[in-house]
This record gives sequence, structure tokens and C-alpha cells, in this order.
Amino acid sequence: MSDVVIRVEELGKKFKLGSHMPYHRLSETLQNWAFGALRAPASWLTGKNANESKENAAALSEFWALKEINFEVKQGEVFALIGRNGAGKSTLLKILSRITEPTTGRFGIKGKVASLLEVGTGFHSELTGRENVFLSGSLLGMKRSQIRKRFDEIVDFAGVSQFIDLPVKRYSSGMQVRLGFALAANLEADVLIVDEILAVGDADFQTKSVQKMSEMGQSGRTVLFVSHNMSAVQRLCHSGILLEQGKIIQIGKVEDLLYQYLSKGGRLVAEKTWDPPIGNDVARLSRARILNANDQLEPSVNIAQPFKIEIDYESLSPDLRTTAAFHITNEQGLLVFSSHDFNNQQWWSTPRKRGHITSTCTIPAHFMNEGFYNVLIAVTTYNPDTVHAIDLNALTFEIVDQSRGQGVRGPYEGPWPGVIRPMFDWSIKQH
Amino acid sequence: MSSNTAEDGFRYYGPRPNWQWVDVAELWRFRELIWTFAQRDLKIRYRQTAVGAVWAILQPLLTMAIFAVLFGLLTAKPTSSGIPYAITCLCGLIPWKLFEGTITASTTSLVQNQNILQKVYFPKMILPLASLIPPLVDFAIAFCLLLVLMPFFGVAYSIKMLALPLVLIGLLAVSLAVSLWLSALNAIYRDVQFIVPFMLQIGMFISPVVYEMNAIIPEKWRWLYSLNPMAGVLELFRWSILGLPAPSFSSLAISLSGTLLLLLGGMFYFRRMERFFSDRI
Repeated sequence: MSDVVIRVEELGKKFKLGSHMPYHRLSETLQNWAFGALRAPASWLTGKNANESKENAAALSEFWALKEINFEVKQGEVFALIGRNGAGKSTLLKILSRITEPTTGRFGIKGKVASLLEVGTGFHSELTGRENVFLSGSLLGMKRSQIRKRFDEIVDFAGVSQFIDLPVKRYSSGMQVRLGFALAANLEADVLIVDEILAVGDADFQTKSVQKMSEMGQSGRTVLFVSHNMSAVQRLCHSGILLEQGKIIQIGKVEDLLYQYLSKGGRLVAEKTWDPPIGNDVARLSRARILNANDQLEPSVNIAQPFKIEIDYESLSPDLRTTAAFHITNEQGLLVFSSHDFNNQQWWSTPRKRGHITSTCTIPAHFMNEGFYNVLIAVTTYNPDTVHAIDLNALTFEIVDQSRGQGVRGPYEGPWPGVIRPMFDWSIKQH
Repeated sequence: MSSNTAEDGFRYYGPRPNWQWVDVAELWRFRELIWTFAQRDLKIRYRQTAVGAVWAILQPLLTMAIFAVLFGLLTAKPTSSGIPYAITCLCGLIPWKLFEGTITASTTSLVQNQNILQKVYFPKMILPLASLIPPLVDFAIAFCLLLVLMPFFGVAYSIKMLALPLVLIGLLAVSLAVSLWLSALNAIYRDVQFIVPFMLQIGMFISPVVYEMNAIIPEKWRWLYSLNPMAGVLELFRWSILGLPAPSFSSLAISLSGTLLLLLGGMFYFRRMERFFSDRI
């Protein structure tokens, strides 16, 4: 027996564009109707433009937001829809939530579906928290009896019990969001469709919601997930599809999709050349690269291998002791670490010559955690502190773990907490 | 979206046919939502008003007073039954207010709830259905007022009042029929919401609201007059509450079949347009 719970077959959605969206004003329709009266006497009732037979114009103004979408989702999977803005993710979610209907194809779902396309669906500011929980809950498909049963739990999770009988317009936006999410987290559904919920709320709330979502995934519920927060996608989802211009360009494991997405989008950058070099009359930055252990360009670094960050710049003022430096920031915007070439004490005291300098830093294996990183590159001098050349977004790379059994993970495959992931010596005795 | 529960336990959804009957089973599954929306609108409506639901009584009373004065000044006789004007006028006004309230609320119901329509699925017909309920509550309050006033004006209760629930169903059917058309049209053409107030004003004068049909409309034009479904319904209200003679069978038949056609047409039209609401609103 197959355990597929969502099956999408040849799904497509066509929109009409531009000047041929005539049916929003009655006057225009009446005009068209008058002109086309002989051809299509009743067409105004159906909102169709009587001139639609002008097929060239029609073809030009048509736009397929989705085309030939086929995939299946198994029970208990947390499935990601990845793609740039306008790739068709939201349209696909709306179709699967039955908010709009497809132009072609069909999809099948097994079990009860709930879709969360916003936090606090249907909240009305004049109503109290209590009234809104019932309103929004019924909109999301809960029975009143279910809501009553879960009410205390919802209010506790949101932490708004004191204010539950005040109108929501007196809530802070954080309180509204928490109440909305608490409600959503208590939905009883086999399939959950979730859009961008993590994009709202403070960091604390995001952590809480990510945790709640992964619990949902572990409890056997199937979750369909769209978010621009790539690290959330990476942590929560096992597999998914990558959409581009309304088509699926890849189906598979989420790591592969993210790699494809980020490198295709020009987001993974292993080499950057500044031509002309950037900087001032002390130093000019000309190139930065990420190299693997074999000195090859590599934006996707194996965690078990050391790698290098190489910085090339022109030294123009021999009296000043320049230093090449970088900052490595992770996806949450946390500065993981920074370094500069004064780590090499000999170089620190060496007088500079006019000309080209290449500084290379080797970062050891088993040091950084898996994920995506941004590199800031700069050339500076100290005493006085001056930045001569800087690029905040010079390079982007990822650390991947392809180990199976060896390495830090051992046999464990789940998410690994921590900003860094060092491999230490453990001595173990069995008594 | 057509849903064929099928094969292998899946429920499939695809593009659905242009013309489709109302999915009653689905509406039934979502019935709590009708009440939820109605409750929301009821709660919001009288919030921050000084007298609250008393407006349900004041509105028909004030309108009646205006017309009583007007007809008095014109020395016109809008009734032929001999029943005090206050009572026969309220018998028309109270059901008319239900119709008016429903139409006003339902016309904009889809547009006003567009945020929700874009974020969650439910059968859209829930919205015009829910717009029936708050005016129905007002109707109940105002009807109690009428019952209190009748002995005061020396008008006896008629035994035919037992048929009132049926007449009320007729009124709800007319209201729903018009609501379905106007809410669907307004979702596509916003012009409708500007036309509706005028239509309601005209409608009030071409229906026996502030006058009795027999007193004003000449015999030979009554067939045409009866094409207005509200005409039949309002006359039936006077028949049932006041025990006035029932409208003729032919004018009732015209009204009834008109209502049915309007309702069926409205259902099909609404279902047809429903698919586009979230794309076009």
C-alpha cells in the first residue's frame, strides 16, 4: 500500500494579463457588450470580453503561472516548495488550499487539510481575543466543540490569558501573532499547508514556531511548507520541489534543492573579482576566492576537508602595514568568526612593498557547522584604524556534510545544533 | 473546484465545469461557519452604539412615522382595509427591512471579506447566507413590537398567523435570490454597490411596503406589479398577520415562479462566478 497523501498531476494555472483585464468596470463591459451584442448577447453576465476572439492579443496577454506540475508527497513528510518570488510557489499553495482553481490538471489529497497562509486568518480588530479564536478557528476548519476543548491550551501557549476578553485592537502586534499561531498549532489536520508564517514575529517566536512545526512533522502529519527563510527550510524539510518560472526544475532532497537554488540564483559565489579594484590610495582589493584542499574553486565545501579563503590586493603605500581580513556570517546574520592576516606574526612586522599581495587563510576541517555563509572581505590598517577597501557581500559558500558514519555526526542524521561543529578528542573508558 | 472522492481514498480537485449545482453536502459541513460569520457581524454592528438593538425597533417605527405624516399631508389614502395605518404599514416595513438589510449586507459581503477569501477555502455561498441572519434577528425584535402594538390599536391577531413561518421562508428565499445575484455581480463589477441603494429606494415604492396593493394599484396592472417577487411576499404578510384577503392565485403564481427562477438562476450564476472570486476580487 502506498503512503502517498498528496498527489499532483499535470497542474497548470493560467492568468490573463495587462490591458485585457476589462471586466472590472461595468461601463467597459457594457461598451463591449454593445459592440459585441450580435456575437455574444449574454457574455456580460459571465464577465467574458466579447472581443476575446482576437486570439493574438489573447495569447500575448496570457501567462502561465504554473505549468505541468507533477509530484507526490508521502505521509509524515515535511515538504518544501522552494523558488524565487514569482516562481509560482504561492499560486501552487493557493491551488492546493483550494483558494483558486487550476486551469489544467488535478490534485488529490487524502485526509483533512488545513491551510495557514497567514497568522490569525480572519481576525477582526473589534472582537475580543476569545471571539477571534472561535472565528478564526472555524474558518480554519475546526468545530466549535474542538475549539472549546483546546481553548485553554491555545490561550496559554499564546500567553495572553489576561487579555483574552479585550478587543484584539488593544493587543500588541506580537500578541496577535502569538494568538494566531497558537490557534494554528492546535489545528487537527492530516495535511498542513503553511506559508511564510515564520516571516513574522520576533526571533523568540520564530524559534518557538520552528520547534512546533518540526513537532508537527514528527507526529506523522504531512506539512507543505513555503518560506524564504532558507535555514528554516533546511532544518524542517526533508524533501521538496524547486520551482522556476512556474515549472518544477528539480525534485528531491532539500539539501540538493537548496544548493541548486542558491547556486543558480548566483547566491553561491566562490570567486569575486573587482575590476577595477576597489579601495583607495593605500590598498585596492582585486580578488577573493574560496578554494578547497586541492586549490580548486569550490562554493560547496566538504565539512571533512580544510578549505581556504584567498584575498588578493594591491599595496600602494609601503609605509603602512595593511592587513587582509574577513568576517564570516551565518544565515541568521550571526557573525561566526573573523580573522586577519596579522595571525601570521612574521608578516605583521614585515615592511610592505608596492605591488600585489596574496593572503590565504586555511580554515580547518570539522570546524564550522553545516549551512550557508556570507563572507565580508576588507583590507585595513591599524593605528590609526582605517578601512581601505571593503565588500560586505564578497563571497557566499556552504558547508556540506556528506559523511556517513564518520565525522562529528556519527550515525546521527538529524539537525545539529550550534554555530560551530568542532570534532574533539573524546577518551572513553568502559568499566 | 470539482471534487470527486474516489479510488484509493483520495479526494481529487481540478477545474470544474462551468455550470454546477449547489453542493449542499459541503454547505452542510460548513454550516457552523454561517453562524460564525453572522455572530461576528451581529457583535460588531451594535458595538459602540448607545441604544444597541433598540435600533431594530426604532428604524421601522421612524420610517412608519415619516410616511404617516407624508400621507396625512397629502390627504392620500394608502390603505383600503380599514386597519390603522401604523399597523398595516409596519406589516410591510418589518419584512421590507429584512429584505433591505440582507441585500445591503450581502452585496458587499464578498468584497468586505476578501482578505479571508484569499487565505482560506470555504464555500463562498456561506457569506450571502450569513448576511440573512442579522436582519432576521432585527426582524424578530421588530415583530415582537408589532405584536405588542396590535392590541393597542385594536387589531385582533389572525389565526392565519400560523402560516407565518411559511411566508417568512418565502421572504428569505426572495432575499437570498437577490443576494446571490448582487454579491456575485459586485465581486466582479464594483459598480453594483453604488446602484443597490437606488434600486432599494425604487423597490420600496414598487412594492406594497407603505401602502396596500389593493388601495393604489389598478386592477388591470396587478399582473405586471406581481412580477416583483416582493409584492407577493408582502401581501402574504398582511394576509397572515392581519387576516386581509389573500392575493389572487394568479398574482401569487407569478410571484412564486418569479422567485424560484431568480433563486435557481442566482445559485447557478453564483456557483459559476465563485471560481473567479479570489482571482478577481
